[in-house]
Amino acid sequence: MTQGAALKVEGLSKSFGGPQKALKDVRLTVAPGEMVALIGASGSGKSTLLRHISGFVAGDPGSGAIRVNQHVMQEGGRVAGSIRHLRADVGFVFQQFNLVGRLTVMTNVLMGQLPRIPLWRSLIGRFTREEKAEAWRAMKSVGIENLAWQRASTLSGGQQQRVAIARALVQRAGIILADEPIASLDPESARVVMEILARINREQGITVLVSLHQVQFARRYCVRTVALRLGEVVYDGPSAALEAGMLRQLYGASVEEMLDGTETIDAVMNDPVVAEGLGVAAATA
Amino acid sequence: MAHAVPIPPGALEPPGAGKRTLAQAFGWAVFVLILAWAWKGADVRPMDLVKDSGNMAQFLTEFFPPDFREWRSYLREMVVTVHIAVWGTVLAIVCAVPFGLLSSSNIVPWWVYQPVRRLMDAARAINEMVFAMLFVVAVGLGPFAGVLALWIHTTGTLAKLFSEAVEAIDPRPVEGVRATGASALEEVFYGVIPQVMPLWISYSLYRFESNVRSASVVGMVGAGGIGVILYEVIRGFEYAQTCAVMLIIITFVSTIDIVSSRIRKQFI
Repeated sequence: MTQGAALKVEGLSKSFGGPQKALKDVRLTVAPGEMVALIGASGSGKSTLLRHISGFVAGDPGSGAIRVNQHVMQEGGRVAGSIRHLRADVGFVFQQFNLVGRLTVMTNVLMGQLPRIPLWRSLIGRFTREEKAEAWRAMKSVGIENLAWQRASTLSGGQQQRVAIARALVQRAGIILADEPIASLDPESARVVMEILARINREQGITVLVSLHQVQFARRYCVRTVALRLGEVVYDGPSAALEAGMLRQLYGASVEEMLDGTETIDAVMNDPVVAEGLGVAAATA
Repeated sequence: MAHAVPIPPGALEPPGAGKRTLAQAFGWAVFVLILAWAWKGADVRPMDLVKDSGNMAQFLTEFFPPDFREWRSYLREMVVTVHIAVWGTVLAIVCAVPFGLLSSSNIVPWWVYQPVRRLMDAARAINEMVFAMLFVVAVGLGPFAGVLALWIHTTGTLAKLFSEAVEAIDPRPVEGVRATGASALEEVFYGVIPQVMPLWISYSLYRFESNVRSASVVGMVGAGGIGVILYEVIRGFEYAQTCAVMLIIITFVSTIDIVSSRIRKQFI
């Protein structure tokens, strides 16, 4: 399993200067074709971990390696020299979609082709019929082909997130990292986006690592869940086992908000009593 | 929540409120001192306006009626003036795009943007007229010297405006492009330029307007255009002709200002 891992994170640590480490010796292995949820409160390090995998941020000097399909993305706090090239295999779906609003949906999706086409063609914005057809198929598979010629900024949040997924599909990424893809969406759009991620995982065998605020989505769409707390992996196992009791043990007494989904975990974390409780838990851990 | 807590009366006055008025008074005193000093230095003599009002009225009457007998040559030179402005601006835009990107702190490291910024400062600090005088020596009398002068000065100005637009972009779309595995250049073309395009177009049109104004004077130092004629008629005390030339300049510049600001509004 280790040999053929889609993603392998070994002993990754990161501190941003403060006394608290953002990531503490994180170890994580994801097999090809898995769909894994990454849960945790705000500030637990979910985003930071995903951004390290994509090579946007380098770990602390001397911290371990991150491999995607055997390629070293970073090692010992140094991002690989060929990181731009390596990123083509890693689709990234952002909480705020990160589309270029003034360009059309088609152009945003075509951007997935950039690493594969010659530079002169990409700089004059020339894409072949075949490349456009591939973008069209990707848009069709997420149900946004009728919006192809609209400016991305005119789309709703749910539609924009589907454009971002189509872009990752055109990239032909073997693994998709989704950083809180549904945190900015209404419940129905959130459901649609999660369904799409689950479908491309199931039908195309693309490995998916998705960070989520709410445990209910993890239980519903992912077999396996990895839980982070204060930069440490505190749980890695079947999502079904994440019962209220277990979560209470991981996150303190007031974890109900994380469960029913009506309130986000931010509210819990902003509660001084809970924050203090977590601090005590970390000190005793 | 907090709305039930009564606010103590003293709390309405923020601490340090008195200090601010003192600092303001000091600021005003410095400002008045500078004005008084500059009055001496600039040799401002308002009484002369009253004393010599008769002479000035006499001088003014010599401008009217304007003498349009040579209008063909005025118009021809005015069109040349616009040509100077067009080429000076277009060459400047072409150069300001790379220089603007290279002086943006969110695109390149400091050891690139600091020297490039200083270079652009230098290009901007020297007035077009000075460059025009130098280029007349270098490439000879005529419009081309004017084009070169506007080109250098406008490159400095536009590069600064362009880089300010680049530094104000939303970084998230750029990161989105980066995530696809795009190269640094593709990141700029797909993530940065679409965001700044409306502002860049607007700034460029604005500089074109102001370059038509500048081009009408570079001729005074021999760099072509209507300025040459203006210089000759003023030197020859031909005030009726001077008036005609000035009216043509006003008409052209105003028309271009109006049309260009209409176009600019479409992009903001």
